[in-house]
Amino acid sequence: MTRSVRNRWLFWLLVGGPIAVFSIWAMVDNLRLYLLTLLNGLTLASLYFIVASGFTLVFGLMRNVNLAHGSLYLLGGYIGFTIAEKTGWWLLAMAGGFLAAAIAGLLIQVLILRHMQGQDMRQTMVTIGLSIVIADVLLWIFTAQVHQMEAPEWLQGPIRDIPIIRAYSAYRLSLLAFGIAIGVFLWWLLNRTKVGTMIRAGVDDRGMLAAAGVNVNLVFAVTFMLGAGLAGIGGVIGAVELSMVPGEDTRLLLASLVVVIVGGMGSVVGAAIGAVILGLAETYGLAYAPTYSVVFTFVILVLVLAFRPRGIMGKAA
Amino acid sequence: MSAAHWRRAMNTGLAATSAAARQLPLPRAVATTAPAATPDPYADSDAPRWLKFLWRHLSARHVFVLAFVLLYPFVATPFFTFQIAGQALALGLIAASLTFLGGYGGMVSLAQMTVAGIAGYMLAILGTSGAAGQAASLGWPWWVAIPFALVIATIAATLIGWLSVRTEGIYTIMITLAIGVAFYYLALQNYSVFNGFQGFQRVYPPVVFGINWRDPVPFYFLALACSLAGYLLVKWVVRAPFGIALQGIRDNPRRMHALGYNVTAHRVAAYALAGLLAGVGGILLIWYNGLITPNSVNTGWLINVLVVAVLGGMRHPIGAFIGAIVFVLLQTFAIDVIDRERFNLVIGVVFLAIVLFSPDGLLGLWAKLRSRFGPQAALTSQPRRQA
Repeated sequence: MTRSVRNRWLFWLLVGGPIAVFSIWAMVDNLRLYLLTLLNGLTLASLYFIVASGFTLVFGLMRNVNLAHGSLYLLGGYIGFTIAEKTGWWLLAMAGGFLAAAIAGLLIQVLILRHMQGQDMRQTMVTIGLSIVIADVLLWIFTAQVHQMEAPEWLQGPIRDIPIIRAYSAYRLSLLAFGIAIGVFLWWLLNRTKVGTMIRAGVDDRGMLAAAGVNVNLVFAVTFMLGAGLAGIGGVIGAVELSMVPGEDTRLLLASLVVVIVGGMGSVVGAAIGAVILGLAETYGLAYAPTYSVVFTFVILVLVLAFRPRGIMGKAA
Repeated sequence: MSAAHWRRAMNTGLAATSAAARQLPLPRAVATTAPAATPDPYADSDAPRWLKFLWRHLSARHVFVLAFVLLYPFVATPFFTFQIAGQALALGLIAASLTFLGGYGGMVSLAQMTVAGIAGYMLAILGTSGAAGQAASLGWPWWVAIPFALVIATIAATLIGWLSVRTEGIYTIMITLAIGVAFYYLALQNYSVFNGFQGFQRVYPPVVFGINWRDPVPFYFLALACSLAGYLLVKWVVRAPFGIALQGIRDNPRRMHALGYNVTAHRVAAYALAGLLAGVGGILLIWYNGLITPNSVNTGWLINVLVVAVLGGMRHPIGAFIGAIVFVLLQTFAIDVIDRERFNLVIGVVFLAIVLFSPDGLLGLWAKLRSRFGPQAALTSQPRRQA
């Protein structure tokens, strides 16, 4: 008992100590930069959370590492971009991005993955093949040029008169609210609805859920749709925040992987924690040590795997 | 069967063997000590052991393939020798390291190209290159730089292994992919060591014994020697106690653990060995390309190694080389069939088709054909499917 308590203290000292020292130094040095980076990190984290929560949902339920998740993100972004350009409606673009990715996800699940249930490795390889194909088709259609979507009018321009920071982009700030809203929605869906109960039951024990008379295939399809759709929404958001180019799929896939590995696979709360950690680490890295920012991500990955091989919120499979 | 039956059966068996034993000391022209179970036609010759071993294990197809690869560069054009065969051998060696890890160890690592890239980067950083930027090569002679590059690559592979064996199966692929992509971004963003986006240009093999090893034929034979050595090493290791234990761990880690094997140590050692192979392949590849940039280790290439290994078939190390030849041919000649830009589409569709219809790759297709049209030989190692 005392030993585990001491270990925990040691762990927090080891991890928290340097962070605290750095924070104090950075705050004294330049408070505005520190707070700006904090906000940037949190808004990036909410994008990561939206994309990675879909990934973790799918993985938790089906033990299926969907490596085409990044491609679905890109697909949603491009579709959203096209719709926004045609109609000028941002919300419509978001719905379009969600729907496009969700339908693509549904097709993948029903047409291909369902036929190889239980063969984890083969499913993963199929998603790898799909990601190559989807990425190349998107490159074909939308070419390699940068697509930058504009934020809706009511979110354009900065919010002024914030103490210390002075001004901050309204769109980015709204992302924070958006991420929290999606998090709350997912929590509500998983904990307060029947579908959510089924999904949670499936995460814990697939076989038992099927034995209880639930149509597991339907639950799988709905979850895969939801997960893919979340990637699509993330794509539309990211099209404004980060811009769309081929290669972004890899970046978001890496982010999802790291978030899910750090947070614990199959746990939405874990995805939120992982996203915040990764978002902060990436932005602080970029602000304070530009050429080594990836190293921080890597160090976090190593630390988590060393102390908690199944992630912060992960349970034994 | 009653006890009496048993006894009779035992007795007749005993009688048969004792009769055989009684026959043995009888004067014969040649005193053979060959075991009666498997008649060995080469046992009575005076040839050294290794030659007998060779005779026993060589078949017509080995001789044919060996003769073909030795004569190939003298028949083929330099383009085919260098661009096709040289590249395929280098790529095949990297993929063979994945086949060893995935097929015999059950750990599909996507970071093999990263390990190869680390070896290439180290060679460029320690050795000579025409880098223009913040980072400069140290300019060590090749006989120092190459061993150091290989050692560093092996250490990196061991670390990657140590990290990823903490998790199992499907998690491995995620973690190694994350590590691989992280290294790509590190190489891309870091200018002080990895020279950022530009990478290192003009990294050529040294001129040794008055031979320029970048000429098509010498490079081909260099790649062939390395690949053959790697292939034979894998073939030998999987028959050695270590390899057998590794396959046991692949099939049932808990049982092997219960038997007293150190599962983690075996897995990490497999990563280290695969890392060495990938490192050699990486050095060949950097010499082939003449440069290394972050794009040599991007996600596309991480996945291409897997594509090559799966294309040929993961159950036998030769599959990696077959897959590499098909891959390189597709890469080179897809331009004639369709747009060059669409190569990824072709390779993606081929990969999907293989995974969907023949999970054991081209070797699996071949085995299927053989079992349909001829007697089946136990050619490949059969991993047990886990529920």
